Amino acid sequence: MEKEPPVTLTSPTRAPNGSQSPGVPIRITASSDARRPSAPASSDASESATTIRLEGISCWYGGFRAIRDVSLDVERRRITALIGPSGCGKSTLLRTMNRMNELVPSFRLEGRVTFDGTDIYGRAVDPVVVRRRVGMVFQKPNPFPKSIYDNVAFGPRVNGFKGNLDELVERSLRRAALWDEVKDKVRESGLSLSGGQQQRLCIARTIATEPEVILMDEPCSALDPRATLQIEELMAELSRDYTIVIVTHNMQQAARASDTTIFMTMADDRAGYIVERGPTLRIFTNPEQRLTEDYVSGRFG
Amino acid sequence: MTTASAPFARRTPVRERLVEAFLLLSAAIGVLTTVGIVAVLLIEAIEFFRLVPLVDYLTGTVWSASIKPFRFGALPLVTGTLLVAGLALTIAVPLGLASGIYLAEYASPRVRMVLKPVLELIAGIPTVVLGFFAINFVSPVLLKSLVPGIGGFSVLAGGIVVGILVTPLIASLSEDALRAVPRSLREGAVAMGATKFEVVRRIVFPAALSGIMASIILAMSRAVGETMAVVLAVGANPQLTVDVRESVQTMTAFIVQISLGDTPAGSIQFKALFAVGATLFLMTLALNLLSDRVVARFRNRY
Amino acid sequence: MAADAAPGTAVRFEPNLMRRKLAGTIFLGLCLLAVGALLLTLVVLLWDILSRGLPWLDAQFLTGAPSRRTERAGVLPALVGTIEIAVLVALITFPVGVAAAIYLEEYAKDNRLNRLLRTNIANLAGVPSIVYGIFGLALFVRGLGLGSTLIAGALTLSLLILPVLIIASMEALRAVPRAQREAAFALGASRWQVVRGSVLPAAAPGILTGIILAMARAIGETAPLILVGAVTFVTFLPNPVASGYTVLPIQIFQWAGDPRSDFQSLAAAAITVLLVLMVVLNGLAILIRARLSRHLAW
Repeated sequence: MEKEPPVTLTSPTRAPNGSQSPGVPIRITASSDARRPSAPASSDASESATTIRLEGISCWYGGFRAIRDVSLDVERRRITALIGPSGCGKSTLLRTMNRMNELVPSFRLEGRVTFDGTDIYGRAVDPVVVRRRVGMVFQKPNPFPKSIYDNVAFGPRVNGFKGNLDELVERSLRRAALWDEVKDKVRESGLSLSGGQQQRLCIARTIATEPEVILMDEPCSALDPRATLQIEELMAELSRDYTIVIVTHNMQQAARASDTTIFMTMADDRAGYIVERGPTLRIFTNPEQRLTEDYVSGRFG
Repeated sequence: MTTASAPFARRTPVRERLVEAFLLLSAAIGVLTTVGIVAVLLIEAIEFFRLVPLVDYLTGTVWSASIKPFRFGALPLVTGTLLVAGLALTIAVPLGLASGIYLAEYASPRVRMVLKPVLELIAGIPTVVLGFFAINFVSPVLLKSLVPGIGGFSVLAGGIVVGILVTPLIASLSEDALRAVPRSLREGAVAMGATKFEVVRRIVFPAALSGIMASIILAMSRAVGETMAVVLAVGANPQLTVDVRESVQTMTAFIVQISLGDTPAGSIQFKALFAVGATLFLMTLALNLLSDRVVARFRNRY
Repeated sequence: MAADAAPGTAVRFEPNLMRRKLAGTIFLGLCLLAVGALLLTLVVLLWDILSRGLPWLDAQFLTGAPSRRTERAGVLPALVGTIEIAVLVALITFPVGVAAAIYLEEYAKDNRLNRLLRTNIANLAGVPSIVYGIFGLALFVRGLGLGSTLIAGALTLSLLILPVLIIASMEALRAVPRAQREAAFALGASRWQVVRGSVLPAAAPGILTGIILAMARAIGETAPLILVGAVTFVTFLPNPVASGYTVLPIQIFQWAGDPRSDFQSLAAAAITVLLVLMVVLNGLAILIRARLSRHLAW
């Protein structure tokens, strides 16, 4: 499979008033197809390409509106990146997809969020079940103060797993690219691992419950560059089987790692909204919106 | 204002030095008190053990301090104390933990605003009032109707009121321990599809275990040292028994009995008071130190 | 490192959601039961005391002295004794306790000696009150020859509540933000000037509430005072330096020890007076905490 030559965006763009800001060089390798030669977006014709769909989503924390009228589709088995300046509501938006916002009592949501066609905020839907199928990895690695084995086994145990737990733990750790490093010490505490390893442990325990979607909230921001790269490689592998949505404030990461990019920002009333959405390559090389172009060339945020 | 030799030198006024000395002295009173207590107990206890062999004291099963023939086997007093304290814990641990978990994990802020002061209120009740409660309600009304053959004084009555006394201690200390568990751990568990109860049972409670265990040990220490409620509820019958319907005498009750009576200063009973006091002090000290150790040793790194 | 079998093939989950939720509901129910039991106990306790004691609570009771004729018995000597001892204890412990807290929190470097001091105070807070009574008997009553006087009792109780007061004051001092101290130091103030000028005023509400709460605890203590010779049948008003005094808890103890019903009622009435005193003190503490904190808000 031939790779397209990488595109480098280095030339600064000119602002209307003539000032010039040096653009940050962003290497964009050819998009998704090069990573996964044989996996199409959906495994059979009857499975839709969209797994999660947001329609007209607005959220409030008490009287403060955090998100205004957002609609988007998340493509199955693709990596979707959510980028935007600090505080524009990316994390809030992410958390609407697994109903984690509800841990805050003042939270309120309007609109529809469907997962495989089912409204996950419907009355018959229990958030506990949603969270098994839509997993989450957090910004700061938060392994439980238990053994590595028990960390990975927690989700399955709680969700009534019947089967060979040892096998499941090993499989999850392999898939998270951690097995080789910990196979001799799975009974040791998860807290004894390095930062990058802890985050991979968190990924392993998330996938142990066999979710279909993995949400990642700035998973690399607490890690060093080498660990960050490992996680990004892992993401590429994982996206063969799982749908991934990642929030990141690191544009290079979004450009490197994702198939689709969604750019959000906040309006004057501090409510977040989507500016532009599209294939990563296009967003970073030929954005349609002025605001997008300003953001990806580093002029604000 | 500078002096010729050292431009930035400042002479500390004598007054400030005196103040500092006073401050240090005040802090030292703590040490002085400890040394004093240990010295007093030790000296008089040694006097006592000149007259009564230590072995007899530690292993003897009969305690008869005021009625001849005098016998000073401490086991009845110690088992009496442990029976009452142990019974108190069997009440206080479930009630206290349940309340602590409820306050930390389930209660809304409004409920907490009411419940916490109520717990502090119970904790602040003078122990003599609890003794009164034992005499007027627990023994005659509650126990008489539930337990056949029980008298006016009993280990049960004492255990119940002391249990009421230490429940707030367990509740508030374990609540603190539970609330100290970081949100990130809870979020991680919720995100994997655990119900609220599962998060508490499998993640939060185990993480707070050291603090919770420490609170239970402290409650035991408090129950062992309790005096007035026990004196009024349990009586003063130093017998070696495990029948909780019986009246026994705890170490603290004996100490009160001697000081209420007309015991001359040099008598053996008077010395026995110090020996028993020393025993009590050592027991509570051991429990308190154990509690500190438990917190330090099993503290989770989050 | 190829990925293994596609998700969903070999993995079976039986989420059993209803049973899991039921377990949670049952647990919550048990917790509520426990809380309810505690509340119920408090209510029953208060009802038992007030129903017995209030009928006996009249002016005569508050101004009279104990008597074998129960209808004429009163609680005045005990009440006066309680108030006198509370005042004495406050006067003794306030300077010493706050000073110790200031030293430990503001002056002491983090070396072994000072850590020892701190641990020591914490351990003292856990010593049973009766042991303080034994110590007071040996030191104040006999050792210093003060005899069974109110002042000896006050000294004994002071030692008892001192560790608690020190810890509370240390926390109040610790709550003052570092920025306040740093600003004063930066202006060239000495440590004592910083403490006296910036830290103490800011910590004052916390320290004051600490003292009041310690006093509330002191007036409820019985065992230590029995040890140092507070007697139980006192019909005259106590003189701090003369022998013979009593306090409310001891009066309660004496009456409660008499099985005759009238004496039980007297005890209940005296308990009511004691509880009122404690409620007043606690209320005062809360008031001070609210009022002064507002004025010194930073």
